Order: sequence, then C-alpha cells, then structure tokens
Amino acid sequence: MKVRILVTLKESVLDPQGQTVRNALHTLGYHQVRDVRQGKVFEIELEGSSREEAEKIVPEIADRVLANPIIEKFTWEILEA
Amino acid sequence: MKFGVVVFPGSNCDYDTFHALQNVMGQETVFLWHKDHDLQQVDCVVLPGGFSYGDYLRSGAIARFSPIMQEVKKFAEDGGLVLGICNGFQILLESGLLPGAMLRNKNLKFLCQYVNIRIENDRTAFTGAGRKGQVLRIPIAHFDGNYYAPPELLEELERNNQILFRYCDEKGNLTGEANVNGSLHHIAGIVNRKGNVMGMMPHPERASEKILGSEDGKIIFQSIINYLEKKKGKKSPGRTVSRPISPLPPLIGTF
Repeated sequence: MKVRILVTLKESVLDPQGQTVRNALHTLGYHQVRDVRQGKVFEIELEGSSREEAEKIVPEIADRVLANPIIEKFTWEILEA
Repeated sequence: MKFGVVVFPGSNCDYDTFHALQNVMGQETVFLWHKDHDLQQVDCVVLPGGFSYGDYLRSGAIARFSPIMQEVKKFAEDGGLVLGICNGFQILLESGLLPGAMLRNKNLKFLCQYVNIRIENDRTAFTGAGRKGQVLRIPIAHFDGNYYAPPELLEELERNNQILFRYCDEKGNLTGEANVNGSLHHIAGIVNRKGNVMGMMPHPERASEKILGSEDGKIIFQSIINYLEKKKGKKSPGRTVSRPISPLPPLIGTF
C-alpha cells in the first residue's frame, strides 16, 4: 500500500518561507495570490497493510516522527491500495 | 568534574566543546559515541552544535532516536545536568526534554555572528556564575533558531523563570533589531522546570578564550562546575588555566 502524508505548519505559526514565496509571486505579477504555506510531502510504501492497519500506523508515524506536533499538522491519503 | 560530549554523525562543535571543557576549564572530558549506551559516569552531558544526521527531516529530529539519547533521557530524568548548544538545543526540543520548537530564522538566512544575550535568571546550575541582567557576547551559527512555543507555554516559561537568556543589544535592551532570528520573547536559552536541562542557541565554547574575541562563554561552564562542586561537596581537581594544552583524543567508531 502506498500512502501520501502532507505536513504543513499550523495556521498559528509564522511561515517565513511561505511568505517569501508569496512575495516572489507578487513580484512576478500574480497579485491574486493571497497566501502561501510551505510544507513537506512523504510517500510511504507499507508492506501488505490493510486499510485498518494503515489507519492505525500512519497517523502514529506522522505524529511521532514526520511532523513536530508543536508547530506542524498533517493530513494523509491512500494513493494505492 | 567529569563532562561528556556526545558525538553524532554531523556534530561539528564536538572538538571545540571538548577543548573548552578540558583545556580551558581544566575538567576531565570524554566523548560519548551516539551508538553507545554508556554515559561513562559523567557529571554533565553536553550535546554539541553541528548538523546531526544532516539535519534531515528537521534540525535535531533524527538524533533523538539514537541509542545514546535513550541514556541521556534517563540521566536527565534522574536529575543529571544536560546542556544542549545550538543543534544540541534543537535535539533537546525534538526529544521533549525541553518545551517548544525551532522555526527557520525570520530572515531565512543562516546567521553566523556575535550576538548579545542577557542573563534573565542567575539562580540556576547554568548561570550561577553570572548575575541577572549581565550581557554576554557569544556567537551564534544557525538556520533554525527562531524559538516558538504556543502562548500558554510561553506564559509558563515566563512564570517559572525558565528563560535564562534573551537576545538584546550591548546595553541589555530588548530591541527588535537585537532579536536576530525572530525568537518569541527574544528567547536564546531556556531551562526545564526541574532546572537540570538547559538549551541555548549561542555557542559558549566559541567564546571561552580571549584570543577568540570573548571569554563570556566560560560563565556557563563555570556555573556548571560550581554547581556540581557544591552538590558533591568538594573542589574539582581541575584547573582554570588554559596551559598546557593536551591533545584531543581521536574519534573511534564508524558512523
């Protein structure tokens, strides 16, 4: 099974990298860009996992390792069953 | 007193720290290998600066899973003194030994420069040799030193006097300009609630000899030595002169 985990900074946390990208987009004339938040993507292959197993293990991995819960949040999805 | 400097793959201030402790402060010092489980009966563990495990994922995020860190955690839980410098501070945050997290510097630049920091609490094992309000000139070198904690945690740190150092100007004023990396409440260093685990972004080991431009960093090491001597009820056999300089031991082991 292949899953994708998306880690981004919490809304309450300042994202200077995202802001810099937004400013660059404004410089290029894309003034409709209101905000940019930068994050990280992880694609993980799980050996022989069921959906139930993935639902147990993926949030655990994301919470313990991939994201720092103090500043980051995550979402995840199954890419291939 | 006996100090242990932890060596992770990617540590690069380990030898500087070893030199400052052994040759400048005159203390028995050993390296602690990241794959080991033996803390060699040290009185204080120092997590040095650098880029442990390449700073992959997040600064300090991988180092916390190393075998030696399991021992450092137990050591800290038992009241042992742990000092984290720069990357060492980041590792302490990631491992939960200190509260909060580091964000990228506000200007997105790697900052390598002298800064002024003000001692906020001089009644700890790490600042006892200084005095409250004293301004120290110590260099920083980091990308992720923008300290963040949620509001309720910041309040708690303030209430419990856990903030030991704040970025300031040379007179001790908390100006916006002096807060180079954008840290909340100008935080440059904090201690845990119990008072035995401290993390700071500035590098005291790089400011421990006059020839290097500042000796202010010695105040942190001297504080630890004084604290340990008092606790053990004896004077350290160490000397506080910087001569003679003994050679540093080679690192043995594979990463």
